[in-house]
Amino acid sequence: MTLLAPLLPALPVVAGGALLLVRRAAPAVALLVAAVTVVQAVLAAVVRPALTFEVFTGYQAGLAVDGLSAVMVVTVAVIALAVLVFAAGEIHESEGRFFGLMLIFTGAMLLTVTATDLVLLLMAWEVMGAMSYALIGFRWRDPGRVRSGTLAFVTTRAGDLGLYLAAGGAVAGAHTLTLASLTTLNAPWLHLVTAGLVAAALGKSAQLPFSFWLSRAMAGPSPVSALLHSATMVAAGAYLLLRTAPVLAATGWAGPLVAWAGAATALLLGAVAVAQRDLKQLLAASTCAQLGFMVLAAGVPAVAGGTAQLVAHAAVKSLLFLGAGAWLSTLGTQRLAELRGAARRYPLVGVTFGIGALALAGLPPLSLWVTKDAVLAAVDDPVLSVVSLAAGALAAAYAAKALITVWLPAPEQRDAAPLGLLERLPLPPLALLAASLGILGLPALFDAWARLLGAPGPVPEAGELAWSGLLALAVVLLVIRARGAFGEIGVLTGWLRLEPLAVAAIWRPLTAAARALARFDDHVIDGAVRTVARAAKAAARIARSPFESGVDGLVRAAAGGVGRLGALARKPQTGQVHTYLAQATVAAAVLAIVIVLVR
Amino acid sequence: MLSLTVFLPLLAAALLAVPRLPARWVWVSAATADLALVVIMWLGYGGGTDSIGYEERLRWIPSVGAGYHVGVDGLSLPLIALTAVLFLACAIYSLTQEERPKSYAALFLFLQTVSTGLFAALDLLLFFVFFDLSIVGMYFVIVGWGHGDRARSALTFFLYTFLGSLALLLGFIGLYLGGEPRTFDIVDLTAAPPRAGALVLLAVGVGLAVKTPIVPFHTWLPPAHTDAPAAGSAILAGILLKMGTYGFARIAMPLLPGPWRQYAWVIVAVGVVSVLYGALVALAQQNVKRLIAYTSVNHMGYIVLALGAAGLAAGDEPARRLAVTGAVTQMVSHGLVTGALFLLTGLLWDRAHSYDLRRFGGIAATARTFTLMTVVAAFASLGLPGLSGFIAEFQIFAGVIGTGLPGAVVAGGLSVAGILITAALFLRVLQRAFLGAPGELRVSEARAYEVGSIAPLLALSLVIGIAPRWLLDLIEPFSAALVTWVSR
Repeated sequence: MTLLAPLLPALPVVAGGALLLVRRAAPAVALLVAAVTVVQAVLAAVVRPALTFEVFTGYQAGLAVDGLSAVMVVTVAVIALAVLVFAAGEIHESEGRFFGLMLIFTGAMLLTVTATDLVLLLMAWEVMGAMSYALIGFRWRDPGRVRSGTLAFVTTRAGDLGLYLAAGGAVAGAHTLTLASLTTLNAPWLHLVTAGLVAAALGKSAQLPFSFWLSRAMAGPSPVSALLHSATMVAAGAYLLLRTAPVLAATGWAGPLVAWAGAATALLLGAVAVAQRDLKQLLAASTCAQLGFMVLAAGVPAVAGGTAQLVAHAAVKSLLFLGAGAWLSTLGTQRLAELRGAARRYPLVGVTFGIGALALAGLPPLSLWVTKDAVLAAVDDPVLSVVSLAAGALAAAYAAKALITVWLPAPEQRDAAPLGLLERLPLPPLALLAASLGILGLPALFDAWARLLGAPGPVPEAGELAWSGLLALAVVLLVIRARGAFGEIGVLTGWLRLEPLAVAAIWRPLTAAARALARFDDHVIDGAVRTVARAAKAAARIARSPFESGVDGLVRAAAGGVGRLGALARKPQTGQVHTYLAQATVAAAVLAIVIVLVR
Repeated sequence: MLSLTVFLPLLAAALLAVPRLPARWVWVSAATADLALVVIMWLGYGGGTDSIGYEERLRWIPSVGAGYHVGVDGLSLPLIALTAVLFLACAIYSLTQEERPKSYAALFLFLQTVSTGLFAALDLLLFFVFFDLSIVGMYFVIVGWGHGDRARSALTFFLYTFLGSLALLLGFIGLYLGGEPRTFDIVDLTAAPPRAGALVLLAVGVGLAVKTPIVPFHTWLPPAHTDAPAAGSAILAGILLKMGTYGFARIAMPLLPGPWRQYAWVIVAVGVVSVLYGALVALAQQNVKRLIAYTSVNHMGYIVLALGAAGLAAGDEPARRLAVTGAVTQMVSHGLVTGALFLLTGLLWDRAHSYDLRRFGGIAATARTFTLMTVVAAFASLGLPGLSGFIAEFQIFAGVIGTGLPGAVVAGGLSVAGILITAALFLRVLQRAFLGAPGELRVSEARAYEVGSIAPLLALSLVIGIAPRWLLDLIEPFSAALVTWVSR
């Protein structure tokens, strides 16, 4: 049964890789694999397999399914199956690539939530990011979509660097890479590791200040959004923080920091969601905001409530995105103004979307009403409480805005295509989950839930529940009275201008520095090398003249002298006997004179 | 066995003198046979040991204590295997090379002998001979089969790296003079490190730094790559650059442990500068070959950083071993991935005679397999998990930071930013040239022999990325030994 631990993520990953290469019967294979994965996930949640092995000498890695992982793997597998069923009806281009990438994406998330060490976690974490890049840019002929994918990948990877630092800190402080050992860390390594984990998680979960990439992620096909926004990718950040909540608490500063980051995101991105004119953008901003409650839960900490929020939100958000996707493919628009009457046109989508939107609004007795309160019940800081409550009210506002728009009567009839069976099939079960997961809040069930997760947390109190339910109801009624027409403030519609800000503050200076360094490299460093070469040539010229030619001149002069002497010496050599006789006579005479004189 | 592996390619090159022999197939067969020999050696050597395998020791120049001494261990065997794999890939890639195929094949076979010999050499003079011959061989590859301003680039390459090798020779003489007894034998000198100071390390270091190359000695690299033929670039980046980093781990660290420890922080700093500088300059390039050349500077920087951190005597020892293992893994990974990337750029030149990113666009529409291979290679190079680069870089980062010294944490923290910049620049390449709207130049699909040469390199990278133990089992004993040597 230990084999189940690696098999659970390996099956979708291997099948996905095969689909990328072979590209045959992709939807059928993907559905089969996703169904088997659901069975495996449930089985794993029951038998709790665990596996450890040595990844580098002296460093253990492993896969295990504990309470939190059990909840996660089942959630991921079920949502992935629902989304893939919808996709089988909607995606008819490059099916091998689409379903292959989706399966690897799912497998990477399954590995993320079962990894017990930083190596495997980081591996799955980044592969998931790469798959989201490929899926966001799925329709790659459109440069804008490709750019969105690039931006999403680079932004989330900026956060991922934190995990590399965390791994280094764990090696330095605990001589191990296992997640379980992180709680034993001491300062300063505890702080380094925690900072790294928090950066990575906030990046992945699109919390402030990283939120803008999630707006860009909308460039992908609707099923991608449905999966990326619910049980995978963004959920991974929240999962990591919930998993390491004890580490956050140990630092003293990370808990409040994370709690405030989550609450601030829930509030500000909630306001952003209210201001959107585009249904998918509204839902994207609401994802950031809802994840804010999970991040808040990890900081407080309220692990049981945060996990319940994660599961319920996964069902709600995948349902809403599939509904939006159904309208996008049939009506050809995702603009709120053009979606009026969409729900009446497609009643099944309209009703299920409506259930999802009411759950998102936090209306009793639906799921998010309870789970959000399970988080808020653990917040002690009064200011934080007020901010979170306000964020909850905003959730009611943006959900009601989406709901009322699609249910308002249409001004005119637009051309519309029928909706296929596969696209309708996953909606009712998801709606059922979105409506009913609130039962986790029943005191008896909540205790069992907390025991399952091994994290005791306060049960949402009846008074608070009533109060927040009434607040949500009031806001929803107000928005419906206003017919959803409000709140378009430029800064908010433009996602707080975070992307232009990041581009201006980081990307532009970086590329400017790169260009400057490239010029420096060409002119200064290579210039110095060229100068050395030129100097060598110049030295060679100087060596030739005056030195070489001077030396050469001396040699030539000497040679010339010798030559001239030779010519002189040749003169007497005439070959004629009488000359030689005369020379001999002269020589004898000279010799005689010399002898006489010397004596 | 080892000598046969070293000299088999040279024998095959001699065989090419026989007229009417199909040069390209002789080349492919010789490279295949050599790879088979390496696989047998790998299986025979096994792992989990730091002893020298397949050792051969013959008299060569006994008067100065230099011998023909070769052998393999956990550092050299992975690199010898990499050499065999990459040269085979280049042989397959060059199956349609029309221009003077016989001398082309002979030159590459000569280079293969030289490269394998260098990684097997356990004698400084033998190492030096191979080191210099590699420069000669690559000079002729660039000048004979390159394009663009090839004569100038080749000359720059030759003079610059030759000058570096002279510094190296000076350092080797310094090691010889400091040895007791005087010898050029690396094993003997490792056992009893010569009494040599910082100047010797400087000479050896500069010599190897030029070859690696490390900032600021890197400017010969971009022009050499740009004007070299694709297979030449692949060998230059994949194998010849490793001679520099290999030299650090084989010679500089074990033979000069004292100076290495003393100047470890300088080496760490140089590594960090190379990482960030290489990545940033690469980000600004429009010529795809220059861009990849600068990412090589970045990737070699990680190796220097890790080897520098291994010399931080005050650091945690298991972490330093991790860093060394990462560095050796990076050598193998970079060889596979950058080799593949350069072969891929060869397709661009072959189809469109341009490396200018701005003139391409939407290549994926006409060349699906080519795009798929480029995407995998790009992600491998930017260190995506599941591919070999991650296994290397993760160990380097975890090892460097894991030493637990504040300076090393800063160095590791700074160089982690390198993987973000490389991610941005590779995704920019994909965005500009391969995806989006069609560009000015058209690129047709990869042919069978191109896929057959490049895809196996990427598959190996994938295997190392997913199941690295078979490689790490070989490297880790060496890492432990190296950390012990440098700590003496």
